Amino acid sequence: MITTFLRIIKYGFLSFWRNALLSTATLSVIILALLVFEGLIISNVLTKTALTSLQEKIDISIYFKNDTLEDDVLKIKKSLEGLAEVKKVEYISKDKALEIFKEKHKDDPAIKQSLEELEENPLLASLNIKANDPQKYGIIADYLDKTDFKTWFEKVTYAQNAIVIERLGKIIDTAEKGAFVLIIFLALIAILITFNTIRLAIYSNREEIGIMRLVGASNSFIRGPYVIEGIIYGLIAGIFSVIIALPIIYFLSPYIQIFIAEMNLWNYFTSNFIGILIYQLIFGVALGVISSVIAVRKYLKI
Amino acid sequence: MIIFQNVSKIYNNNSHKMTALEEASFNINPKEFVSLVGKSGAGKSTIIKLLIGEEKPSKGRVIFKSYDVNKIKQRELPQLRRHIGVIFQDFRLLPNKNTYENVAFALEVAGRPQSDIKEFVPQALEMVGLKNKIGNFPRELSGGEKQRVAIARAMINHPDLIIADEPTGNLDPINSWEIIRLLLKINELGTTVVLATHNKEFVNYINQRVISVENGRIIRDEEKGKYILE
Ligand SMILES: Nc1ncnc2c1ncn2[C@@H]1O[C@H](COP(=O)(O)OP(=O)(O)OP(=O)(O)O)[C@@H](O)[C@H]1O
Ligand SMILES: [Mg+2]
Repeated sequence: MITTFLRIIKYGFLSFWRNALLSTATLSVIILALLVFEGLIISNVLTKTALTSLQEKIDISIYFKNDTLEDDVLKIKKSLEGLAEVKKVEYISKDKALEIFKEKHKDDPAIKQSLEELEENPLLASLNIKANDPQKYGIIADYLDKTDFKTWFEKVTYAQNAIVIERLGKIIDTAEKGAFVLIIFLALIAILITFNTIRLAIYSNREEIGIMRLVGASNSFIRGPYVIEGIIYGLIAGIFSVIIALPIIYFLSPYIQIFIAEMNLWNYFTSNFIGILIYQLIFGVALGVISSVIAVRKYLKI
Repeated sequence: MIIFQNVSKIYNNNSHKMTALEEASFNINPKEFVSLVGKSGAGKSTIIKLLIGEEKPSKGRVIFKSYDVNKIKQRELPQLRRHIGVIFQDFRLLPNKNTYENVAFALEVAGRPQSDIKEFVPQALEMVGLKNKIGNFPRELSGGEKQRVAIARAMINHPDLIIADEPTGNLDPINSWEIIRLLLKINELGTTVVLATHNKEFVNYINQRVISVENGRIIRDEEKGKYILE
């Protein structure tokens, strides 16, 4: 049993080594496939970050009439927080609003001066609402439209931004679905190409497989070395795919940060390096082994 | 040891039917040397393929020792084949293994320990006179040398039966005679040999049982036979 197992491992390595040219070609294809997978992992992270950063920017603000009591505003805040669609409600008092306004325009002497001339704070208290999901702003706006508190509202920003918010919600949703389909599609192509390459390599061994059968080799004894070879392919390709990605990501990272300020790809990649490597190794080995087993099956029927 | 009972084989290729063997019946006993003769296309290789389970009979039964060859499961075929050493016209060596490894392979598939391999492989190569070609790959060997590797591989497991399907078909006369003498020697040592050939000289020289096949039918089966056809 052990002897047979060791022989299978030996022949796996031997076959990998003796067919160096074929092995290199197969290896290159698997590396390419794994780079696609890696690109998918990364683009997934990128779209997620981009989407969250977009979503962060969408909100609804309620501005309250000047004579509204703070207690009433807080009561409304509480009731809004009870809604399932609402993620966060932030209360901005008149004073806080003024503070923010001053901070924003501190370099503008004209505004600064006119503010100082005012006796009373002209800004309104407001509630800033964020939804769990950009699609849900419509529901929240409806709720605000029907609520009894409505008499205290000076204005609700959603009404003005409604179209933009709704459209953005749809775009985000479509982008997510589209990215998912694209990922599946690319992954399928990569798998098919790898499978085909391994199939061709094994096709060139079909006579050998037939001879082995005629000499009395069991199917598992014939299949074993191909499985080992698949594992070797997967491991080497996995390691190569992350090493190749390192300089590429180092180079691209600053450009990506221009588009998505929250995203430091290089940091992400280096701090998740081990995880990505393990992921790639598992993917590579699974790809190599499954392709080999399927490809060799056909020739074991003699 | 071998029983063919009313065996027919019809090849079925894209709705085109080809009867290669019709109602063939014969027995072969242990330690016999049987020559299977007939013209090209007569059905000799078909008989051999049925014997090692490479093809299934369309009708009848093929029995080798305790194995009912046509009922045997794909998973059990290797067991059967380890009892039979086969030698082919086109050698069928493993191209990526050298002489030593090709012969050792037959022991490895049977799960034999490394010590057996170290002991028996050199012995077998000694017997076929190839001790000096141990590390050569098939592409570095002549036809005669390749066939001798194949013979060493076929006998290494000490099989009960050695089947040779036109083993001399691709060889010059000198190498051919060498192969025939090796087969006779193997038979003298107690192994049953079935030799398919259309070489009259060899059959007459061997001077043992001859089964003649023509158009898929067994037309003659004689002890101490001669090659009589046409
Ligand atoms: N796989 C196959 N499919 C269809 N027909 C086949 C197949 N194998 C053999 N035949 C046919 O069966 C007949 C017998 O073939 P077989 O190989 O047994 O002949 P043979 O006696 O070994 O001939 P040779 O001396 O040329 O090797 C031939 O007519 C051949 O064309
Ligand atoms: Mg033939």
